[in-house]
Amino acid sequence: MADASASGASTGRKNILKTLEFDTRLLGMVGAFILVCIVFNILTDGRFLTPRNVFNLTIQTVSVAIMATGMVFVIVTRQIDLSVGSLLATCSAIMAMTQTQILPSMGIDYGSGLIAPVAIIVGLVSGGLIGAFHGWLVGYLTIPAFIVTLGGLLVWRNVAWYLTNGQTIGPLDDNFQLLGGIGGTMGETGSWIFGAIAVVAAAYAIWQARRARIAHEFPVKPIWAEFVLMALSAALILGFIATLNAYDVPSRVLARSFEARGEVMPEGFTQGYGIPFSVLLLIAVAVIMTLVARRTRLGRYIFATGGNPDAAELSGINTRMLTVKVFAIMGVLCALAGLVASARLSFHSNDIGTLDELRVIAAAVIGGTALAGGIGTIYGAILGALIMQSLQSGMAMVGVDAPFQNIVVGGVLVLAVLIDIIYRKRTGDA
Amino acid sequence: MVDRTGTPLVEMRDVSVSFGGIKAVDHVTVDLFPGEVVGLLGHNGAGKSTLIKCLSGAYKMDAGEIYIDGELVDIQNPRDARAQNIETIYQTLALADNLDAASNLFLGRELVTPLGFVNDAQMEAETRKIMGRLNSNFKKFKDPVKALSGGQRQSVAIARAVYFNARILIMDEPTAALGPQETQMVAELINQLKEQGIGIFLIEHDVHSVMDLCDRASVMKNGQLVGTVNVDEVTDEDILSMIILGKNPEAATA
Ligand SMILES: Nc1ncnc2c1ncn2[C@@H]1O[C@H](COP(=O)(O)OP(=O)(O)OP(=O)(O)O)[C@@H](O)[C@H]1O
Ligand SMILES: [Mg+2]
Repeated sequence: MADASASGASTGRKNILKTLEFDTRLLGMVGAFILVCIVFNILTDGRFLTPRNVFNLTIQTVSVAIMATGMVFVIVTRQIDLSVGSLLATCSAIMAMTQTQILPSMGIDYGSGLIAPVAIIVGLVSGGLIGAFHGWLVGYLTIPAFIVTLGGLLVWRNVAWYLTNGQTIGPLDDNFQLLGGIGGTMGETGSWIFGAIAVVAAAYAIWQARRARIAHEFPVKPIWAEFVLMALSAALILGFIATLNAYDVPSRVLARSFEARGEVMPEGFTQGYGIPFSVLLLIAVAVIMTLVARRTRLGRYIFATGGNPDAAELSGINTRMLTVKVFAIMGVLCALAGLVASARLSFHSNDIGTLDELRVIAAAVIGGTALAGGIGTIYGAILGALIMQSLQSGMAMVGVDAPFQNIVVGGVLVLAVLIDIIYRKRTGDA
Repeated sequence: MVDRTGTPLVEMRDVSVSFGGIKAVDHVTVDLFPGEVVGLLGHNGAGKSTLIKCLSGAYKMDAGEIYIDGELVDIQNPRDARAQNIETIYQTLALADNLDAASNLFLGRELVTPLGFVNDAQMEAETRKIMGRLNSNFKKFKDPVKALSGGQRQSVAIARAVYFNARILIMDEPTAALGPQETQMVAELINQLKEQGIGIFLIEHDVHSVMDLCDRASVMKNGQLVGTVNVDEVTDEDILSMIILGKNPEAATA
């Protein structure tokens, strides 16, 4: 009897979630993230969820999160990439050398507007080529990805060292540094405008999905459920922006920028940072990668190959070329991450990206990417990166010793996978 | 009666395939005319699947030639076979378990919107249409195919092979997992496709179905072709003795 009533109550709740067609796995991850935030907020007497810390947390997550989206594709096709941290370092070194040595030696001087774009393009192309080379070794020469990228881990870390003679290269170009985080933000007004566009876009996407279903006479959710979804997404977007806007630029920094323009700062003037450009970059990467995963043939083939490589091949998919493309995408994303990471530091250093391969793989796996292949989401990986970063920064704020932090993060990784396995067994979608 | 006076639709001439030391297919020659169903029979491991996989592009032949409409063709991979309008239902079904029925049906040939994005809604609608014809009990359009029963999975594989207007259809034990009603529907389907002039290689263990559906039967044993017979001119026992003893019935060789 007790059983029956309990299951009755839970069906009622499930029905609401079902009507909204929420992904229960996503809910679980969001729940875990919220729990982490609340616990640390209590432990730090409210310092964890200040605008300042949220801002820092966000910009610290960007570099790993960008790479984690690419790692989803790699793992979904049943491969692995252990070289991403080293590849990041090589791309960062190439970009640093391009802007501080090569371009100036070609007569493009320090401060020229050409420096940042040229350096970035050179970095992205290098990353893409190195990634494609890894993919060729794996796909065409059939060397296991584990070995190719384990070799890559050593090779590219030390190529980076050679390129810079082991020196720290900096300061980097001012425009380049705009993508580092605090060095370049949208300001309050810009952020609100962006937020408004994002809210409209989300509502439009939800509405379009509904219209497409109606057009093909498929069942649709009740209209109130669509509005609840729109309201939730709007609240989430605007809440995030309000928080970033609430983090004020220190008044001496503001005063200096007024001075630079030959003006005097009005009394009591304040200005929030708003959305950092690096976060904008991450959002763009997330949107594009999600589109690729869900709406393009390439994405369909990536998932099909992960689900059953033989079936994919028999369906006429060139799975070798697909491997090259997946690793090339990973390489480009490593270069983007290298851009953000070095811009945040304002210089290239030798140890940049060290151990990032582990963080990136952990983020993808915590985010629900199955190592057996065929399953994974972009938003999951980004959330995974955010959860990991929150744990790490939270523990640092609470004053947990560094070795112990790593012990916890390692334990959480294993635990997350265990929970995932249990979840899949329960829902039967193993 | 099938007209076998013109050029065959498919001719596989002197095909050999070996895996390591094993001669899985040993100098086998078979042909197929438009509107004809040719049954391929033989014990487990006789080499039937291996033979047809050369035609579907899954394996490369060690020796031999394939002619389509009398012209020598070079089939290196499944893409080449598809380009020749050859469709295959594999014994293993070859489905991506993590994708839904529509994604599997259109895998490699997705319908796209004008912007080049995959058009899932339209693909699902098309899948509903064809499944309505093949297996009207099929309802699981949203689930990944790993959540389907063996027979439902087989229906998806059959739908994929017949959707794209094949000229040459290869069916490797297409009804192995199907219930009686669904098997009947596949039999009707084979007859319809035959009417349309499609040539079908049908691998099948059940001699009765072969007698019902096929025009000719080719029997293999240990990688070699025992012989090809007109099913009208032989009895069940004749075919069984070809399969088991590897003996050709006198007179009836086609
Ligand atoms: N990929 C492979 N690698 C090695 N040997 C193989 C391979 N595929 C098939 N064989 C061998 O080739 C022979 C023929 O196999 P095949 O699958 O063609 O048999 P079959 O006639 O289709 O049998 P069944 O009725 O069981 O499906 C067998 O001895 C098998 O072990
Ligand atoms: Mg077989």
